[in-house]
Amino acid sequence: MSSVASGGGVRPSRRAVVLTTGLLVIFLLYSLAPTWFLIVSATKDQTDLYSTFGLWFSSNHLGDNLQDIWTYHDGVFVRWLGNSVLYSTLGAAGSTLISLAAGYGLSKFGFRGRGALFAVIVGASLLPSTLLAFPLYLVFSEIGITNTIWSVLIPYFINPFGVYLGKVYADSSVPTELMEAARIDGAGELRIFYAVALRLMSTGGITIFMLEFINIWNNFFLPLFMLNGERTFPVTLGLYSWLQQAQTARDMNTLVLTGSLLSIVPLAIFMFTLQKYWRSGILMGSLK
Amino acid sequence: MSTLTRPAKVATDSPARRTSPRRAGRRGAYKGLLFMLPFLLGFLATYVVPIGYAFSQSLYEKKGTGLGFGPTRVVYTGFANFASVLGDSAFWASMGRTLLFGAVQITVMLGIALLLALLLDGVAARAVRFFRAALLIPYVIPAVVSTLMWLFLYSPTGSPLLDIAERAGTQITFFGGLNTYLSLGNLLTWQGIGFNMILISASLQALPRELYEAARLDGAREWRIAWSIKVPNITGILVLTGMFSLISRLQLFGEPLIMRQIAPESINTDFTPMMEIYDKAFKVGDYQYAAAESLVLAVVTGILAFVFYRATNRKMS
Repeated sequence: MSSVASGGGVRPSRRAVVLTTGLLVIFLLYSLAPTWFLIVSATKDQTDLYSTFGLWFSSNHLGDNLQDIWTYHDGVFVRWLGNSVLYSTLGAAGSTLISLAAGYGLSKFGFRGRGALFAVIVGASLLPSTLLAFPLYLVFSEIGITNTIWSVLIPYFINPFGVYLGKVYADSSVPTELMEAARIDGAGELRIFYAVALRLMSTGGITIFMLEFINIWNNFFLPLFMLNGERTFPVTLGLYSWLQQAQTARDMNTLVLTGSLLSIVPLAIFMFTLQKYWRSGILMGSLK
Repeated sequence: MSTLTRPAKVATDSPARRTSPRRAGRRGAYKGLLFMLPFLLGFLATYVVPIGYAFSQSLYEKKGTGLGFGPTRVVYTGFANFASVLGDSAFWASMGRTLLFGAVQITVMLGIALLLALLLDGVAARAVRFFRAALLIPYVIPAVVSTLMWLFLYSPTGSPLLDIAERAGTQITFFGGLNTYLSLGNLLTWQGIGFNMILISASLQALPRELYEAARLDGAREWRIAWSIKVPNITGILVLTGMFSLISRLQLFGEPLIMRQIAPESINTDFTPMMEIYDKAFKVGDYQYAAAESLVLAVVTGILAFVFYRATNRKMS
């Protein structure tokens, strides 16, 4: 793969190799150092956090910090983690199914206004959801569903970019001939969708699920607008509320740091096991 | 491609089926819409209705009596809120500040991402895989968590960066004046490098290798090939990533809001337009004005996206 090596015997000079490697290593350190700091800090107690060098370990208090996190406020942190898992899983699953169905409808059926509808969807996917947060809050508070799980889940379900991806996947992976054959065999449209099309679009489905899962796990502003009871917070909002308390009440910095580290773990595991899907999803998104 | 050739073949089989696409189209009309129904209903509920409702709300004003303890009346004032927003210099200042800051920060971020992608384009395959995975780690970390991490690194107490600076004999502060922007810019750049590098890398890999052969035979060096051949051929992706980044910068919210926790005197409540909207809505309680601001921000974003979309589409085709 190396363009240098394949360049017909042109070998990079020693200086070029040193320079390239040096620059890459510098940016590698830059990328990894803050996370390293987080890992180190999660093992420290309050005094060591302020009095010892931040990029290296001192006496290990990770166990105490974890104990603190599990027990603080009746284990509210565990609940936040659970909420994040719940919101991400349900939200991503719902939005994947809705997006695949819509993308399939858009791709495989000719109807008037299809082009315009597609344009609206692409346009909407350019509109950042941050902008909608406040108008959504107004409507949801009017009908009285703010501070419920639905106030965050319903917006998560509707993902124009997912529909765009769904259409692309339906275009490329569901042959119209196969649908015709199934129709001749007497299958209904719904049956064709879930027995044939969904199976063929499964790679696309996993990609949409992944991207949406990550988005929801990382989301901060929608829950911030919609939720005001601690029990319904996702972990991002919970950590923010701890940081706010840390300014006024007791010093909760060890909790914030350890909690931050813990909140990455499920997401990191999830992403590294399925990375080829979300990577292809981002790339596809960039090509629209 | 196969879907394009297939109907023609069917048509030659039996001329009577020639009308079938139209029939299928009409039949497909409601079936296609039926599959879209959940999305369309949801879209109506989470895009169309909220925007319409926000618009109708923004036509009213809350008139308080005295200290606000008495009954407040909501009165129709037409476009008065919009007029106020359009004339609100603080609102436009926060928008201008955010866009200017974004333009500088995005240039730096994309510059570094491009440099890294070009460097990796010339390195052996195994190392590439390792570096790509490692450089992507910041992207894996939720924005709230990466903000918290950097917040502790910027914090006056216990920051290893300050320790290092002190040992080097200098004193640094991360907030106040230009430093506030540098700190915020560093955080956003740190988050965005890996992701943008992946996109740029992908379009570099898509370039045909023959492009370089002639230059190489002429004795061009690698950096010369990178600058004169590789970069001009991937401007499309650079413009596109730049556009998405700038649109998302206009919505900048969580990072400065969290940083405000330790630097309230450097980051005001109207530091970015979204922060201003949040403050107006939930601290001041003026929903009507916040709704008008949201819509103005949405229109500005829409115009920006449209301009970019047209520009890039022309460039790509």
